[in-house]
Order: sequence, then structure tokens, then C-alpha cells
Amino acid sequence: MSDTAHAPAAPGSHAVAHASHPDSFYVKIWGVLLVLLVVSVVGPELGIRVVTLFTAFGIAVVKAYLVIKNFMHLGVEKKYVAYLLLTMLALMVVMVGGVGPDVLRHQGTNWDNVAAKKAVEAGLKAGGGHGEHGADHGAPAPGAASPGEAH
Amino acid sequence: MSTAAHADHGHDHAHAHHEPGFVEKYLWSTDHKMIAMQYLFTGMAMALVGGFTVYAFRMQLAFPGMSVPGYGRVTATDYNALVTTHGSVMIFWVAMPVLIAALGNYLIPLMIGCDDMVFPRLNRLSYQLFLISAIILVASFYVPGGAFGGAWTSYPPLSAKAEYSLTGLGSSMWLFAVALEFAAFLLGGINFVTTVMNSRAPGMKMFDVPIVVWMIIIASILFMASVGPLIAGAIMLMFDQQLGTGFFDPAKGGDPVLWQHLFWFFGHPEVYVVLLPAMGIVAEIITVFSRKKLFAYKTVLYTAIGTGVLSFFVWAHHQFIAGIDPRMANVFSVTTLLISIPVAEMVFVYIGTLYGGSIRLTTPMLWALAFIAEFLLGGVTGIFLGASGADIYFHDTYFVVAHFHYTFFPIAFIGSFAAITYWFPKMFGKMMNETWGKVHFWGTIIPFNFIFIPLFLLGIRGDHRRIYDYRHFPDLMKAGMQDLRILATISLLVLLAFQVVFLVNFFVSLFRGPKAPMNPWNANTLEWQAPSPPPHGNFPQGLPNVYRGPYEYSHPDRKDDYWPQTEPASEPAKT
Amino acid sequence: MPTGRLAVWWLIASEIVIFGGVLGAYLMHRLGHPEWANQSMHTSTWKGALNTFILLTSSLSAVLAHNAASRGDGKRAAKLLWATIGGGAAFLVVKSFEWTAEIKAGYTISSNTFWSFYYTAAGIHGLHVIAGMIVMMFVAADAAKGKELQRVENAGLYWHFVDLVWIFLFPLLYIAK
Repeated sequence: MSDTAHAPAAPGSHAVAHASHPDSFYVKIWGVLLVLLVVSVVGPELGIRVVTLFTAFGIAVVKAYLVIKNFMHLGVEKKYVAYLLLTMLALMVVMVGGVGPDVLRHQGTNWDNVAAKKAVEAGLKAGGGHGEHGADHGAPAPGAASPGEAH
Repeated sequence: MSTAAHADHGHDHAHAHHEPGFVEKYLWSTDHKMIAMQYLFTGMAMALVGGFTVYAFRMQLAFPGMSVPGYGRVTATDYNALVTTHGSVMIFWVAMPVLIAALGNYLIPLMIGCDDMVFPRLNRLSYQLFLISAIILVASFYVPGGAFGGAWTSYPPLSAKAEYSLTGLGSSMWLFAVALEFAAFLLGGINFVTTVMNSRAPGMKMFDVPIVVWMIIIASILFMASVGPLIAGAIMLMFDQQLGTGFFDPAKGGDPVLWQHLFWFFGHPEVYVVLLPAMGIVAEIITVFSRKKLFAYKTVLYTAIGTGVLSFFVWAHHQFIAGIDPRMANVFSVTTLLISIPVAEMVFVYIGTLYGGSIRLTTPMLWALAFIAEFLLGGVTGIFLGASGADIYFHDTYFVVAHFHYTFFPIAFIGSFAAITYWFPKMFGKMMNETWGKVHFWGTIIPFNFIFIPLFLLGIRGDHRRIYDYRHFPDLMKAGMQDLRILATISLLVLLAFQVVFLVNFFVSLFRGPKAPMNPWNANTLEWQAPSPPPHGNFPQGLPNVYRGPYEYSHPDRKDDYWPQTEPASEPAKT
Repeated sequence: MPTGRLAVWWLIASEIVIFGGVLGAYLMHRLGHPEWANQSMHTSTWKGALNTFILLTSSLSAVLAHNAASRGDGKRAAKLLWATIGGGAAFLVVKSFEWTAEIKAGYTISSNTFWSFYYTAAGIHGLHVIAGMIVMMFVAADAAKGKELQRVENAGLYWHFVDLVWIFLFPLLYIAK
């Protein structure tokens, strides 16, 4: 297609001159990533909840940012690619936001997810017991979100 | 990157012009037009499957217990399998392949003026996956237990456990077929989007792209963005069926409502995935046959994009009676009512295009006008269902069925017939017979209304929609309700009979029809500047340049009432 | 933008929602089920960390391969791609030891919904690792002959995405106890 593919809407669309870093640059980024990995593993060992959340998920975001920016060169890529990826992430936030109230909560204004509550109770009671099968508590609860109908 | 940036395209043809054999030409082709034909004919064959299933179960509803000619007695299990297959086939194996895959493959390269898709082999793979998925679906009728009978929405726990659905293998085959079909359309969608972004003819700016191409692209992106969670959900449901996990099983701490959310997070954008291409087809046809510029091109485009965005915020209106959080039901009611605004806007724009035009009532134009009228009815009845209060009453009645079919029949069939009759001369190089085309048109539209208006009436009277034999429900047999069912079924028989007219007209025109000129409708878009049918490579006289938008009809400075996109502006207008 | 790279970006976009679906579902269940902590404590953090290390390193070799390819050095690009494929293989080996140990200890895909998610999410990711390895084999074979060098970057992009998914799977499945 190269002979005809000059979409005028995208001038200079080919080969943005990226990846101009020397190899040593990428090795440095890799070093930073490894340090972050160590932090994310050691952090939770302290047993402080806030620290755990921050080191586990905060650092995952930082790591992801480093990989996207430096290894995938999103910084010098066309802007719409970043918007595209962010849109997809935003859609997932929308999905979790819309679904969360039903799946995450086990009790609502006029419903009660009996089965899920039982599972939580039994699981907590069993503690860290080995091979605890979550399968055998209780019949499917009738109130638990009866399978509805759809078009 | 710089060294080889230009070599990046999968063209594996265009060298070595030897005459391809039958297999290479018809079955193993990478030519976008042939792949489009494969999709079209597979879609038409699957439409026969979908039509046959609806025939069998509607006969059971109208005349319970009878031995249906050509099928035999419909048992309760059969009935479930037939309804499920009808729904799945018509949406996933008819509407999607014909409207998006067939028309997208056929029209995109021709309308943007290039010789093929950017990834022809990916394109072929996409069709092959699709074909395999269709075969798996049809084959599921013949496995022990029969085809899946848990409705096209496949809600667990019914669909998750063989002891509930009684179709252990059938349900997994259904799920696998659907997932494979999604993979096929993902590949196709990526191909469409990259082709339009990178291969437009020189001079074709964003607003010179025909609306139908825009619509197919927006639909492909919507599909890509919405189907992911359902693919993940399909894997989870497959594990529930085959490995005994409990993702959607409340007895194991899972949550069946999660599946509904994952399904409808895809399922509602899916409505617009098929609606938008049909809207695009209508835009092309009404401009050509009213000889007018499309009223408010940019409005249509932005409205379509807005509809697409909004369609991600409405999905839970399918679940108002599933026990979702009532506060969320409020939110989703509001968004659902909001989305009727952009769709209505598009309809108004189309009416604005028609206003004052010199309308020619050819067969494609009739279909396009019927689309606007019938879809309007479907849209208006959707308002009742979008409001959660009314929906709680209507949801499990035939009102929903009728509403759904008033939207999807115009999309999947009226839209497809409009497209087929309009582009037939280009596709096959022959003209279709207009008289028989009109006979088929009226023979489809009139019975269509006589099928579904009775269903609206039944729904308002509380006719529950998941019943196999109404004789067991005296409350639903009173005061002529069965008569309405019989009326709907007989209208369906008439409608199905008239499809024979279409098939005969299609194949007779294909082989015996008069030869079509290059541009029989005097249209502007690029595909009409290629020979009919276009050869391999599309534009033997060289790939076209584009000088203007696609809808320059009845331009005051010109004698001709059309102005092809390829005609250089410098050339003095014929006065 | 070259068509191949553009297509890979669209592919990644569509993969984001696939992983988004399974991880979003997991996240919601996890937050609603505090008792899963009793299950997740049996995952092996050090094996997960080792795999993170392996994938990060293979991402490094993938980007170095891209660097070599953009200099026109197909041979070096191919070597580095093979190193990346080796990384993928090492990842799968660690994974198989890990899963074997867990299944032997009685934590199978159907024993609890936590474990169902654990195996499903990591399994889908593992399939992507395998797919990436297969793609890179073809790309490396071409690159060694100096052909289709732009594909090195495209395969690399996909590989970084697979790495990214693991970066999030690791804390979700292993660290959050």
C-alpha cells in the first residue's frame, strides 16, 4: 500500500524518529524497574496495610508507566494512541463502576446476597485452613440475584 | 524503524498474475471482494437457518402440539433450542457478518479508493474463523442433548450447569462458537480501522469519507471496546461448564449477575454495532435517490460518535428485573432515555435530506425509507422499556420481543436488503429486477408489521414470553389472545414465503440479469468509478484521486446532478 | 504511522478490555470477599517475583532488539529476540513448577473462586506469553536475514503489553494477601 497510502489527514505519518536512545538508557530503566520490584515485594512484609497497598499497587502503576513510556515509546508516539489506550481503561472503570454495586456488595436496598454472605462467613471461620473447599456451604440462596430475563 | 518503515504490509498477491484455480479464487482468496462475498453468502445461508428455526417454534406457539411440516413435533427442549438458535444466529451469524463483515470488506477499499485491505491474509483468516464458528453452531444440533437452549443471552446458572440446561456439550459448543466468532470480528475490525486510517485515496480528507464507511469504522471500534469483558466472561463460563469452577454459581460463592453485566456491557453497544452500519447504508441510498447533499454530514458523524460513547453507559437497562441496585437502575434509566436523542437526531437529519429532493422510488430507496419508518417504531417503543418502572411490567412479555424485532429486523434485514439491492450491480455486474424487487419489498414489509403489532398487543396484555405451550396457562388464552398469536404466525409464513421471491430474483439476476453499467445510479462515491464488477485490484485505470465530499448532488453550477468524488475540480464544469 | 504498528496498537487496545474484564471481575469479587485472604496467602510470592523479574528482563531484551533493528542490525535484533523468547520460556517453566506445587497442595481451579480467578487470569496471560513467543520466532527468523525489520518493534510492543499485564497481575494475585 505504500505507494498510495498517504492519508493527508495524517501528515508525516510514517516513522516518528523514536527509539533514539542508546542501549545503556534501557538498561538503566530496567535497573529502576528491578529496584521497584524489590520495594514492591519487601513493602508488604512490614504488614502495614497502607504501606502494602501503596507498595503493591502504587508501584505497579509506576512500573507500568516506565514500561509504557520508555519501552513502548508512547511519549513520542502519536497522541491518539495514548488517548485510545486511556479510553479503554476508562471504559473498564465505567464497567467496574456500574457492576460494583451489584457484585461487590452483598446487601442492597431490597436484596440480600445470602449465598455470598455465607461464603464470606464460612471462609473467615475456616481461616487459613488447607484446601478449604468453598463449594459446600448451603444451597443456592433464592434471594441471591435470581437470574433475570433479558431481551 | 526508519529502515524498513514502508515495507510493512501483508500484500501477498499482486505479483504473478496467473489465472487462479477454483479453490484459490473462491475459497482461499485474499481479495477483499471475494471475502465479502463469502461473508455475504454464509450470512444468507445462516439466515435460512434462523428463518427455519423461527418457523418451527412460531408454529408450535400458534398451533401447540401440532406436527410442524418439515420439522415434526416440537418438544419443550426443542423449543428452547430453536428459540436460542434463532436469536444467536440472527444476531451473530446474520446481522454481524452481512452488515459489518460483508459490507465492510466490500465497501471500505472501494469507497476509500485503494486496492485491498491492508492485511489481506488476516482478512482471510477472519472469515475462516467465522466459518468454523458457524459450522460448530449448526453442528451443536446433532450432539447428544441437542443444541443449547438457554436463550441467546446464556444466563447462568442455567447455562453454567449441564444438570440445569440438559445440554452439556451443546452449551459449550454454543459458547465456543460465539467466542470464535468474536475473535474473527476482532481481527476484521482491526483490519478495517487500520485500512481506513492508512490507505485512503490521495485527497480524501476525514470529511470526504462516505458516511457508511465512517459508520462501519465506529461500529468496529465499539465492538472492539465492548467485547473484551464478554470474551473474558465466556472463558469463565466455559470453565464453569467444563471444569466445575463457580464464577457464576452462587452455590460456590460466585455471582450470576456478574455474567449479565459482562454480557450486556457488550450486548448494548452491540445494538449500535449493527445499527450504525445500517444507518450508513441508508444515508448513502437516500442521498443518491433524492439527488440531494446529505443534510448536515458532520452532525451525522458526531451524532454517531456520541451514540457510540453513550452506548457504553446504558447496558444495565436489560437487567432492571435482575435484582440490580435500584439506584443504579435510576442512573441507567436516565442514560437510556438520553440515547434516544442522538438516534432521533439522525432520523431527523435523514428526513431533512429527503425534504425537497427529487425522490426516485427504486427498490433500494424503498428499503431505505422503510428502514427509517420501521426503526422509528422500534425506537419509540424502547422508551417504555428504558424507563425502569414500566420495564418491570413489560420486561418478560412479548412487548420486549416486539420492540426488539422492530429495531433488529429493520437493521438486519431491511438494512441488508437495501444494501444488497443498491450495490448488487457493483457486486455482480448485473442489474436486479426492479419489479420483483418491489414485490419482495411489499411482501416483506406488510407481513412484518402484521407479525409484530400483534406481539405488542399481546405484550401489553401481559403475555409472558418464555412459555412453550399456552394451553397450560388459561389466563393467557382469554379473549382472542391465541388469535393474535395465530395472526403473527401466519404473517410470518407469508413473510418467509416472500423471501423465495428475493432468492429467485437474486440468483436469476446474478446469472441472467442485464449487464450493469459502471455507475447505474449516477452516484458520486468511488466504488462507482470502478468497473462492475471490479477486477482484482479494484481500479484498473489506476487508483483514484479525491477532490470533494461524497454527497455533491444537484450542485447549482453543474449540468449533471451529480459530481463524482474523483472528478478534478480544475476540469471546467459542464455548463 | 506504519500500518503494522498501528494494528498492534489497536490489538493492544482490544486486549486491554479483555484483561480488564477478567481483572475487573476479580477485583470486585476480591473486595467483596475478605475471606479470600486466607486463600491468597498460599500463593508463592517469591515465584511470582521471580517471574516478574524474568518478564521485565525479557522486556529489556525486546526493546534492545528494537534498538538494534532500527539501526538496521538484523542479526543482533534476532539474537535479542531469541533471548526474549528464552525469557518467555523461563517464565512458563517457573509457572509450571508453581502450579504443580499448588495443585499438589490441593488448590485447584475448582476448589475456591479465588483459585478459579488465579488460574484463569494467569492462564489467559500465559496464553498471551505463548502467542508472543510464537510470533517472535517468526519475526526473529526474518530479522536474522535482515528482512521485515519493522516487525521487531511490533512484536516488542506486544511483548511489553504482556509484561504490563503481569505487572498488574503480580500484586493482585500474589502481594495482596
